[in-house]
Amino acid sequence: MDEATKHKIESMIKSEKVFLFMKGTPEYPECGFSMRVVQILKSLNVKFGSYNILEDETMRNSIKEYSNWPTIPQLYINEKFIGGCDITEAMYNSGELQELLK
Amino acid sequence: MKHDYEQKPLSVNEIKNLIERGLEGAEVEILDPREDGVHLQAIIKYKGFKDKSLIEQHRMVYKALGESFNKELVHALSIITKTD
Repeated sequence: MDEATKHKIESMIKSEKVFLFMKGTPEYPECGFSMRVVQILKSLNVKFGSYNILEDETMRNSIKEYSNWPTIPQLYINEKFIGGCDITEAMYNSGELQELLK
Repeated sequence: MKHDYEQKPLSVNEIKNLIERGLEGAEVEILDPREDGVHLQAIIKYKGFKDKSLIEQHRMVYKALGESFNKELVHALSIITKTD
């Protein structure tokens, strides 16, 4: 991954407390896992930034490398990688996610 | 949603074997709730998950699956990890 791409990713995750790399947009998610994370965040009334990785093949591959995580969606909170859909859901069910978002 | 696959996705058994090979002694169950062969769920019970964070546990599973995601041989796999 080149420096410009890395910088682009870093500025995105710094732009909002909660940032989601997803397939599609919060209005039109294009994958069930991305949709589920959006639903969870919306149910908690959380403001979040998002990036549609389907728009850019380079970004799609780079975010996987940056997070050392092979799948999308990827959730960041306070610039920290939280996980994908399963982890977000597990943390939501345990209340851990709500704690992080306080 | 329609998907085009460049290569044939891994079967339930192939995914199960890869995870079991990578995580020795793990009990792996692969479910296919929609019966479409591509939207799958893995339930993995493995002692090695103990004291690991969820991120670390999932990374161990991903490592066992190797390049399957990058090569799009696995389309959608929900992962549930358990220690006992």
